[in-house]
This record gives sequence, C-alpha cells and structure tokens, in this order.
Amino acid sequence: MYPDLECMNLTRRFGDTVAVDDVSFTVPAGSFFSILGPSGCGKTTIMRMIAGFLEPSSGDIHIRGRSVIDTPPNKRPVNMVFQHLALFPMMNIADNIGYGLRRAGVSKPEIEKKVEEALDRIGLPGIGARKVGELSGGQKQRVAIARCMVLEPEVLLLDEPLGALDLKLRERMKVELKALQAAFDTTFVYITHDQSEALVMSDRIAVMNEGRFEQVGSGQDLYYRPDTAFVAGFVGDANRWSGRIERVSGDEMEMRTDSGILMRGATHGRALSAGDRADVFVRPEAIRIAHSTEELAHFDNRITGKVESILFNGAASRILVQDSAGSGEIEVNLPQSGEFSGLSRGSEVQIGWSGAQGNCFAAEGS
Amino acid sequence: MRSEAKLGLILLLTPLLLWLSLLIFIPHVDMFLVSLRERVGVGEYKISLANYLTFINEPLYLHTFLRTAVMSILATMITLLIAFPVSYYIAKIARGRTQSALFLLCLVPFWVSELVRTFGWMILLRETGLISNLLQFLGLADGPVEMLYNDAAIMVGLVYTSMLFMVVPLVTTLESLPDEVIEAGYDLGGNGLSVLREIVIPHAAPGIVSGCIVVFMLSLGNYLTPTMLGGKDSLWFTELIYSQFIVRFNWELGAAFGFLLLGLSSLIVWGMLKLTGQSLEKTMG
Amino acid sequence: MNFRNSLAVSTLALSVAIVGLPANAETLRLLTWGGYAPEDVVAKFEAETGHKVEVTKSNNEEMIAKLRATGGGGFDLAQPSQDRIAGPQEEFGIYKPVDMSKIDTSLFIPSMLEATKGNTMLGSDVYGVPHVWGTSGLVVDTAKAAMVKDYTDLCSEELTGKVSYRLKRPTLIGFAFAMGLDPFAAYGDEAAYTDVMAQVEAKLTECKPVVKTYWGGGDELMGLLRSGEVVASMAWDTGGWKLNADNPDITFVAPASGALGWVDTFALPAKGKADEAAYAWINFVMQPEVAAMITAAAGNFTASQGADEFAADDLKARYQASFPQEAIDNIKWYPPVPAGLEAIEGGVLDRVKAAN
Repeated sequence: MYPDLECMNLTRRFGDTVAVDDVSFTVPAGSFFSILGPSGCGKTTIMRMIAGFLEPSSGDIHIRGRSVIDTPPNKRPVNMVFQHLALFPMMNIADNIGYGLRRAGVSKPEIEKKVEEALDRIGLPGIGARKVGELSGGQKQRVAIARCMVLEPEVLLLDEPLGALDLKLRERMKVELKALQAAFDTTFVYITHDQSEALVMSDRIAVMNEGRFEQVGSGQDLYYRPDTAFVAGFVGDANRWSGRIERVSGDEMEMRTDSGILMRGATHGRALSAGDRADVFVRPEAIRIAHSTEELAHFDNRITGKVESILFNGAASRILVQDSAGSGEIEVNLPQSGEFSGLSRGSEVQIGWSGAQGNCFAAEGS
Repeated sequence: MRSEAKLGLILLLTPLLLWLSLLIFIPHVDMFLVSLRERVGVGEYKISLANYLTFINEPLYLHTFLRTAVMSILATMITLLIAFPVSYYIAKIARGRTQSALFLLCLVPFWVSELVRTFGWMILLRETGLISNLLQFLGLADGPVEMLYNDAAIMVGLVYTSMLFMVVPLVTTLESLPDEVIEAGYDLGGNGLSVLREIVIPHAAPGIVSGCIVVFMLSLGNYLTPTMLGGKDSLWFTELIYSQFIVRFNWELGAAFGFLLLGLSSLIVWGMLKLTGQSLEKTMG
Repeated sequence: MNFRNSLAVSTLALSVAIVGLPANAETLRLLTWGGYAPEDVVAKFEAETGHKVEVTKSNNEEMIAKLRATGGGGFDLAQPSQDRIAGPQEEFGIYKPVDMSKIDTSLFIPSMLEATKGNTMLGSDVYGVPHVWGTSGLVVDTAKAAMVKDYTDLCSEELTGKVSYRLKRPTLIGFAFAMGLDPFAAYGDEAAYTDVMAQVEAKLTECKPVVKTYWGGGDELMGLLRSGEVVASMAWDTGGWKLNADNPDITFVAPASGALGWVDTFALPAKGKADEAAYAWINFVMQPEVAAMITAAAGNFTASQGADEFAADDLKARYQASFPQEAIDNIKWYPPVPAGLEAIEGGVLDRVKAAN
C-alpha cells in the first residue's frame, strides 16, 4: 500500500530565491496533514506544486505511488479549497458543486443525486438553488469542501481556508473540518500560519521555515519535544533566554544568561558543550508560582521578581514577572485554582521550574 | 430648513437641466418637427409623414440602412473577438509594467484625431502603400495590390477605431475576476474552453455587453471611416444623412433619417440586452 | 452728462487714440474658399483699412447649409458660386442685395460683371458680383492615358482601376455634355432634366467598374494622381496645373465637349453686420496687384481688370497651353440652378453610388 501523497526532494526556485528547498515528506492515506509556517515560508508554493499550478524546479510528487509531475491540474486526483474559497459567483450552489462532475461527463440525474448527497453530508440540504452571495461564511466554507469532495479526490488540499472567517466561527469550523475529514475519510493536506488550527485538527504537522521543513511530527511532539529552536519558538508560547553554556553533564546543562542568571536546562540529546552559545526555552505553564521560596525548593531554577502586569484571560490568564536582576519579562501561567487571584501590580512573587523543562538549543549562527 | 435645502438642490440642478434641455432635448424636438415637414413649393411646407414614406418606398435608403446595421454588428463582433484575448492577456496574464505598457499601447492611437488615424490606414492599404509594396518585395504579389476602397477596408477601420472602447470595459470586468476562481475551474477538472465558457465569459458578460453597445453605436454613427476607406461602394447611413442636409438642402428627409437611425440603434441595443439577459443599469453601472 | 458717462467716453477716446483705429473699425467675418483670402492679403487689408478679418474656409454646399441654419447670420461676406445664389436665395432668403453704388465697378472686367449680375438677379435686385473664376475638366497623365479627350473617355475599359471623379453635380453636367446632351437647356423643364439625368445615370452606372474611387477632397485627388494610382480624373484646372509643376506629363486638359466654367462671387449674408468692411474688402481685393496675389495663392484668375499683367509667367504659360482660343470659346458657363434640381441630381448620385 502506497501513501496517498509523497513528495521527494521538492525544490522550487523563483529567480535567485529558493522558495522550497529540497523538501520530502509522505502523507499516509486518510490522515490530516498540516504544513505550519509563517507567511513567506514556502508552504503555499508546495501546495500549488501539488495542485499542479506550479512546476517544481526539481523533485517529484507521487500520488498513490504514481508520479503526477506531467499531469495538468485538471487531470490530477487532487482538489483544492482556496484561501477565499473561489466559489463560482455566476452559478448557484448546486451548479457549483456539480461543476466538477459535469466536467467529468457524469450524467445529469447522477449529478443531481450526488449533489444532493453532498449537501446532506455538509448539513445544508435543500440550498442548491440559492446564490453564492446568499450564504454565510461558514456555509460557503462547507460548500467549497463539498464541491471538491463530490469528485472523491485522493487528496484534498486546503489553503488557509479559515483565514477569512471571524474568530468564533473559526473555532467552530476547526472542529467541523476535522469531523468532515473523518466523514469523507479522505487525506487532507492543510496549510496555515495559525498554530492552533494545525494543533487542533492535524494527525501530523510539518513546521516550515525559509523553504525547509524544521520538524514533522504530531502536535504533542512539536509542542513538548521541539527539534529546533525555531519550532520551540513558533509552536506554542515560550520564554527565551540567550547565554553561554558553563557545564554539560549527560542530559543536564547549566547556562549563564547574558543578564547573569545561572539557569539549568536539558539538552535532550543535542550535541552541546561548555562554552557554546545557546538558547533556553521554557513554556509559561511549566513555571510554578509561589509566595515563598520554600514551596519551590524542589525546583532547580528559582527567581524572585515583581508582577509587571496581569493578563487576565479566564482559564488562560497569565502574569508578566520582572525578575530582580532586571533581565526581562517572564511569562507565567496563573494556576486555575484562583489562589493567586489577589495578585496586583508590583507584588513580589517567587517563580521556579525544573531544569528538565528548560529546552536548550545551540544559538543560531554559532 | 427643508425648503431651503430643496431650493439649494434646485439651484444646483438648474445648470444641468438647462444643459440637458437646451443641448439635447430641444434640438431633438426641433429635429423631429422638421422631419414631419413636407416641401410643397418654394418656401412652403405642410405637416405630413412624406419623408418617412420616402424612406420606406425607396429601396436604396432601406438597403443602406440595413447594410449599415449589419456591417456595424459584424464590426462589433470582430472587435469583441480580437479585444477579448487582448483584454484577457492585459488583465490576467501580464503583470506590473508590461500590463500598463500594453494598456497604454491600446490608448496611443487615440492621441491623434480620427482623421489622421484613417489617413494612416489609407497610407498602409493603398495600391502604392506600405503593405502592397511589402507583398511585392517579398514576392507574394506580382503587381501592386489595391486593398483600399472596399468593405474589408471599412471593417478594418471600424474595428481599429473601436478597439479601445471594447478593451477598457473588458479589462475592468476581467480584472475583478479573482485568479483563484479561474484556478478553481481548472482544479475541478475544467479545460481552457470550459473555464472560458462557464466562468470567464459569464463573469465578463456585463463588460462584454457594455463594450458591444458602445462599439456598435460608434460604428453605426461613424462617418469618416466608411467614406474615406470605402471608396465608391461606401454606402453608409450617416453619409446619406450628411448628403441630405448639406448637398441636397433637404433637411426634412435628413431629419427623418436621423430619427430612423436613433430608432434603429435603440432597438438593436434593447435587443442585445434582452438577448444576453443584462440590464442597462447593470452594464453601465 | 454725469461723471460716469464722461469717464466712459474719455476711456473710449483714449483707446481709439492709442490704437489709432478709425472710429468705424469693424470685424469682417468672411466665409470663403481656401486660397481666396491669403494671409498677406489679409494683413495688407487690415493695415490699410483698420478692419479685422476672420476667415472661415468652406465650399458651396456648406456655405449654403451654414447660412441656412442661421437664416443668413454669422458671416458678413460669403463667396458662393454664381449659379448657386438665385435658387437658395429664393428658397431660404439667406442673402441681401448688393448696393452697386458702394462697389468700384471700374475694377471689374465689364463682361464678367454684367454676366454675374444677370445670373444672380432676383427681381430687380443683384445678389452677387464676380471674384475668382476657373473651370473644371480633366487632369490627365498624358504619358499613360493620352487618349482621354472627353469625360466619357473616363469609361474606357483599358483604364479600369485607374480613373477617378467626384460623385457630385459637375460630373453629371460634364457627362451630359460629353454624351451630346444639353443639360443647361433643360434646367427650366423638370421633366426634360429628369430625362437627361436618367441617361447620365445609366452611363455612370455602366462606368462604375472602371472607376477606382470617387474622390472626395482635393488633397485625396492630388495624392491619387501624384502616386500614379490614377492616370485620368475629373478635376479643377488649378489642380492640374499644380501637378504639372511637379510632373510635366500630368496636366489639365479642356474636354472636347467643353470645360465647365464657374465664377465664385461676393454675396452679402442677410444678417451680416459689417457691410462697410465687406464692401471695403471687395474693392480692396479687386485691385489688380491684390488680385494677382490671390491668383498666386489660389491658382485661378480673377475678374479684376488688368490683374493679368501681375500674374506669374509660368501660370500664364500653363493656362495658355490648356486653353487655346477655341477651348476658351467652348467653355460652358453654369447658368443659375433653379431651386429643386438638387433633388433630381441627388437621387441619381445616390443610385450610382449604390449600383453594383
């Protein structure tokens, strides 16, 4: 059994710039694969190459084990949901969904049947005669997916389709998309710059930066075990310190930050040695907060500081702590128990975290 | 307060209304009255439909009338066929500087007057002209080739004169079609032809119709191009109107012809809108 | 007289004093043909009389149409051909009579003045005095089409695609004469004229395949002849003489049946405002030296007595070559066109144009 989609050493240059640099990956059948990266990282270029709108400078694309490099976009067993959905405004909903079937030469009654099934599937029965402009954003979204799914493609490409929706709807559509993917049982390749979209929906995520894949893995992998400093910084929030390594023993290390604090962290098997410049990343939720130093005695990193500001956001509330050495602000999650709800600006707090939570990477350019 | 605002509105509208009535409405009414006059003797006139009857009873006038309409429709269609790919290229394929340069190229001929443009074509097409000489030089023709003074030359002149008025509305509507929608058309299995038929043309329909209306009216009302390029067979209805007014001193018949032309063009535009299911508001707005 | 009036008067007096104009300076709006009011003549006139001149160039039909549209207003002096005055005047009343007492008749060639007065008379009023005269006939490239001697020779099949003429009334008249008919004799009889025109129509329709194009303007014709695309054409004498200067083979030929003679006149539009200046202009341009300047610009001779002496020698030579004495005697001068003839001719011209 071949994977649904396999890209091999995919490269694309525009003049002197390399938009996609030797990228290889496979997407197993029926999975939800996301490519996550900042804008300009090359993810849209990959998507357009898979769809057939761009030709790779080198490399190959296989779908179900067959190369599609020489297949034009209208013949590829791949369909795409565009960023702005690209519904055909000159047609009604049923004609939109039936467009691909008409092109494939399916008979009229068959098209009608399939369109109705698709409308049922996306929970919008009986809207076939409506105009595109009469639908809400979420409905259009579902129609755009149905328009592709009636063609039963091997792979469905989605190019940041939630970008145009408002926040509330976006949250709901994340869940819905995942459900649709399960319902249609098709391989989805989804590109986004929004980590939460990727983390919520995907089976596997590729983090992309400057034309290359930094890391491919499950959401948990990326979040808890980032391979590179870029992934650690891009996926989820993190406090970051730069400094010079003073001691490495096994997986543990000690680093003196540029502001002079001695910090303990973990190398997670990365080759680092004393004297190297390095970055340590610590997630806000890994940091404990306490009124007194004794409560944090079991942590190997402890800092005393003052509350700089309180960012109340319900369950995701945080505080910014200014450490006594004055080396910058540290973001810390407030426990949900509400025991620190009395904190105010300027209060003195103790914070600490275990060295294993301090993810250490060699600094870029060293 | 309200009546003051009303007064202000009336004052503001007065120049426009005066302009419309003095320069458009009143001359038309006057022209219509002239068309209903029949000359019965020196300086004597009576009201009758004689001029319109002359038009119906004289096969030459009717023939010229129909010929003008058919040639104008043909010129409109040819202009559309040439302008559409050009506009598509400008709006969707060319980028940045090339795009504006191409658009400018369409505009350049309109920096000189219609007379000069027509003379330009005469220089190209005449027996001792550029194209004839080029053909002889290349050995494609044995002797001088006369390409002027026929219907094809009229058609060339009309299409050339009208091109810009078709390209502008087409480029505008085509530019408003997102590239994504065209790509979606291909992605879902369409080929060039079906994307053109089902997506690009329906989207560009208002631009196509408004361009066609403008080009048709320009061709129908053109005087210079058919007379100069058409030579001895250049029968054009505006030429008939001119000669009735200026050469024959027969203003009555000329005015009747003018109104018939107005009626014809309105009728054909109306028919075109009905045929394509567009409305005037949609295409001109 | 109050202060304000006296101020206005003194301002006026002052401005007149500064500009040095005579108190009755007027602006003459002249509706004429190209070449009839050359810039040097206008400048000389303005300097000598103080009147200003605004020139509008036109042709017979447009002159009449323009004056008709305004009821004879907008211009102070017009120059229609003598045969196109009485008819339109009777129908539309666009001119006013010429006051012969204000014209220096000694400047005119007497026979021409009398003929024009007679042709432009309505009742006892005279509406025109002669200015420039000339003929229309044939312009032929003698090296390539020497056998063209008369209008009907333009129908020779060996000249197919090489001849041209205007689709206008001079062509109809010229062909009628060449066919042995006398259209001028039929002017007064509508039925007879219709018959003459029917024969001309048949001939022109038969000739149509031979014609390259019906020319519309002088420039177009010159281009056709100069490039050699056309070797014989109906045209004015001056056109032929101009081409002769560049190419000795091409020249004006007086047709065997007679060249058609026209006289362009001075006529006063009914609502003209600067009559003083109009009469001044007429008397000014008819002086022999000034008339010669106009002959140099327009290429045609004038009705000015004694202007021939001042005319250029090469022009005189060309004129004599084209017009031996018997050809001059044979010139057919247009009599006045009765109102209504245009409708008969118009129908003929339309049908010829439409013929295939």
